[in-house]
Amino acid sequence: MAQQRARLQHPAAWWLWGLGLATAASRTTNPVVLLLVVGVCVVVVSERHDPATPNPLPAFLVIGGAVLAFRLVMTAVLGNGIVGDTVVVTLPRVPLPEWAANVRLGGAVTLEALLYAAYDALRLAAILACLGAANALASPRRLLRYLPSTLYDVGTAVVVGLTFAPQLLSDARDVRAARTLRGRDGRGLRETARLTVPVLETAFERSLGLAASMESRGYGRAVRTSTSSRRAATGLALAGLVGVLAGLYGLLDASAGGLLGLPVLVLGAVLAGSSLLVGASRDTRSGHRRDRWAWTETVTAAAGAVPATVLVVASVQGWDGVVPSQRAELPALPLLAVVAVLVATIPAWVTPRPREALS
Amino acid sequence: MITFDHVSVRYADAPSPSLHDVTLEIPEGELVLVVGPTGSGKSTLLRTVNGLVPHFSGGTLTGRVTVDGLDTAEHRPRDLATVVGLVEQNPTSTFVTDVVEDEVAYGMETMGLDPTTIRRRVEETLDLFGLTPLRGQSLRALSGGQQQRVAIAALFAAGPRVLVLDEPTSALDPVAAEEVLASLHRIVHDLGVTVVLAEHRLERVVHHADRVLLVDDGHVSELLEPADAMLRSQIYPPVVGLSRLVGWSPTPLSIRDARRRAASLRDALGASTPMAAAGRRLVGREQSVVLDGVRVSRGHRTVIDAIDLTVSRGSVTTLMGRNGAGKSTLLGAIAAQHRLAAGRVRLGAAATDPHATPARERVRTVGLVPQQPELLLYADTVAAECAAADADFGAASGTCRALLDRISGGIDPGTHPRDLSEGQRLALALAVILSGSPEVLLLDEPTRGLDYGAKKRLGEVLTGLAAGGTTVVLATHDVELAAEIADRVVILADGEVVTDGPAREVLASSPAFAPQVTKVLLPQTWLTVAEVAGALARIA
Repeated sequence: MAQQRARLQHPAAWWLWGLGLATAASRTTNPVVLLLVVGVCVVVVSERHDPATPNPLPAFLVIGGAVLAFRLVMTAVLGNGIVGDTVVVTLPRVPLPEWAANVRLGGAVTLEALLYAAYDALRLAAILACLGAANALASPRRLLRYLPSTLYDVGTAVVVGLTFAPQLLSDARDVRAARTLRGRDGRGLRETARLTVPVLETAFERSLGLAASMESRGYGRAVRTSTSSRRAATGLALAGLVGVLAGLYGLLDASAGGLLGLPVLVLGAVLAGSSLLVGASRDTRSGHRRDRWAWTETVTAAAGAVPATVLVVASVQGWDGVVPSQRAELPALPLLAVVAVLVATIPAWVTPRPREALS
Repeated sequence: MITFDHVSVRYADAPSPSLHDVTLEIPEGELVLVVGPTGSGKSTLLRTVNGLVPHFSGGTLTGRVTVDGLDTAEHRPRDLATVVGLVEQNPTSTFVTDVVEDEVAYGMETMGLDPTTIRRRVEETLDLFGLTPLRGQSLRALSGGQQQRVAIAALFAAGPRVLVLDEPTSALDPVAAEEVLASLHRIVHDLGVTVVLAEHRLERVVHHADRVLLVDDGHVSELLEPADAMLRSQIYPPVVGLSRLVGWSPTPLSIRDARRRAASLRDALGASTPMAAAGRRLVGREQSVVLDGVRVSRGHRTVIDAIDLTVSRGSVTTLMGRNGAGKSTLLGAIAAQHRLAAGRVRLGAAATDPHATPARERVRTVGLVPQQPELLLYADTVAAECAAADADFGAASGTCRALLDRISGGIDPGTHPRDLSEGQRLALALAVILSGSPEVLLLDEPTRGLDYGAKKRLGEVLTGLAAGGTTVVLATHDVELAAEIADRVVILADGEVVTDGPAREVLASSPAFAPQVTKVLLPQTWLTVAEVAGALARIA
């Protein structure tokens, strides 16, 4: 059964695309735009998901849904400081002592407060969907092959962590199933507490096994300089990354002041870049069939950058409908933003089809 | 190639050293088999070769281990990776990538070989291990035997001079194990790689070995000829047992050698017939397990398809078949761990439907010891575990403890269940499940990691339970265990029953599942050494 090896899209392209879309989502609370972002993720993943790896998008969508539900319930019970006139339902109010005057428990639930919470939670859900989509389109393990060896320790931690989390879920399922064999149904608080220990123990043992295996297979041996210089390089890289993140945060979060963000971002980028250069010169790791960066990769990354740029500009200039009011009305639709988000679906059709699942 | 110079290893808090003053030299290009009971220090010995002990595990190592001239005290495991490859018992937990080809290339990438070399060696390795058709497959979609082959190939591709394997076949069915061993045989014979291998299932490996090391309680013998080692060893495969019984010399290790000598034995046994396994105990007429058109689906895949099966009360039935044939799923369906897509299950004298019974009452009818017995154990001491089991099953206090003492005496009640040996852990899980005194007892792969002694005790416990009226159904790859205790063997393939019949008929007629004694004495159908011994005693 000779099979042609299908060209796989470079993982970095998918991650850039995902981050671009997430950036776009982070700048708006317009529910239509956010739902569109989620829709784009679902469409692209269903078209270009690599069948050789598990698809984590549904799990991310479930978590997003849970976040939304949790926010709504908390808002209904505790309120969120948004004053509105449209009362949906009035819960019995629990009287609290004097010193807790700022805390409200129960009382009138207004539509405005609920909408605010829903929009805000939806934004988080959309960002989670973007991360889930990037995960499903290019496994983080593939991305890790391109991680500079300077970040050896970080790399090990990431690989082990990536196996830890999904394994934890399947272990939890196994242990709960085994619990019924002892005549318990594995539900309830006390039961959950009892299950935690075996689940964590199993997952830890497995992670240790993986770390031992990576060690005995030579992971990280490329960096053969002294420990202290390696630590210095890692420290430099981490400082750079933190700088980049802080700078990005400053740029993206309008309230932190966009002007402060830029210098921090540049400084961080310089730090990170130089540490990577230093590391790369010592990197003796080589690549087997590295994915190439072709025009589809550029298109994919650009398709993520378009919505990001448009929505950042939109939010800075305060376009109508980007941050909709919490009144009980349909929010205005910024047409350009909608088009920009739709641009992100392009990779679903122009990129190479990933390897087919063999029967 | 590998030298040990007065090597001792002691872990922190351990009362005695795990390895005791080991001095030996393993020459290049040998396949060395490490034999010893569980907990004797085999794994520690293997892990000192690439430095995981003590660099990764902790503990104190005195003396010197050198591999290809490199001292493990001065070189970390990752630096020894070019020289030594270590294959773990469970390959899934060691995969670093997602796809077969990437996994094979991974080690070479970390070593910084140039891409054209990597490309060439990936192709060569895939061919050598017969993995070319699977190159683009997801690692998780492979069967157990294929995964183990990928794990070995991935290490081999990096070009180490030494391969160390810790129980590479204990989780595999006989055919998959044969595939793995054939790959190993090829790299030893054609390419001069030194292989050090630990394995409990000696019947599978001993005839492949050039030399044998006996390990007992941290003491390691010098390199022995396999035939001599099998004369001295406390644990030995059935073919050696037969040889010891009849007094063949030199000891035959392979079926072929034994068959050549067995003509006179066959004549001696002549007309006498083995006492039927069913004759050992009275099998009742009542049906204790009734499956009617059972189908189980997982995702879009049908794992179990339309199985009809009835099992008599007080019998021992083994389910056999390839890895992934649906054995575990079938047991899970009987114990109501998996939902049925169609069909019905009725258990016990009262024809209980386990799927309609709450867990609390279900445990009186059916108990399942899962493949990983530690999943059943939560407490931090054996004593607490037993007390919790009594409470869970509503049994009189002390029930579980008494059961445990009967199954496997001498377990310190203060031990943490995770620190027990595989055999002791299985005994504890079995005692926990038996505290509910279920009518039907199911066991999934109980002999994984068990040495012959522990396996023999397990066999005695199970036959004892069956004699007391418990219905025992176990899924296993272990043909020798099936030969010892089963009344009936059911072979599954692709979720369907392909063979079902009395153990003797099924085992003797199957090329993959015939036990060693049967293979030696065919066309006579003896299953175990004990049977042959009994017959010889009757003749004499």
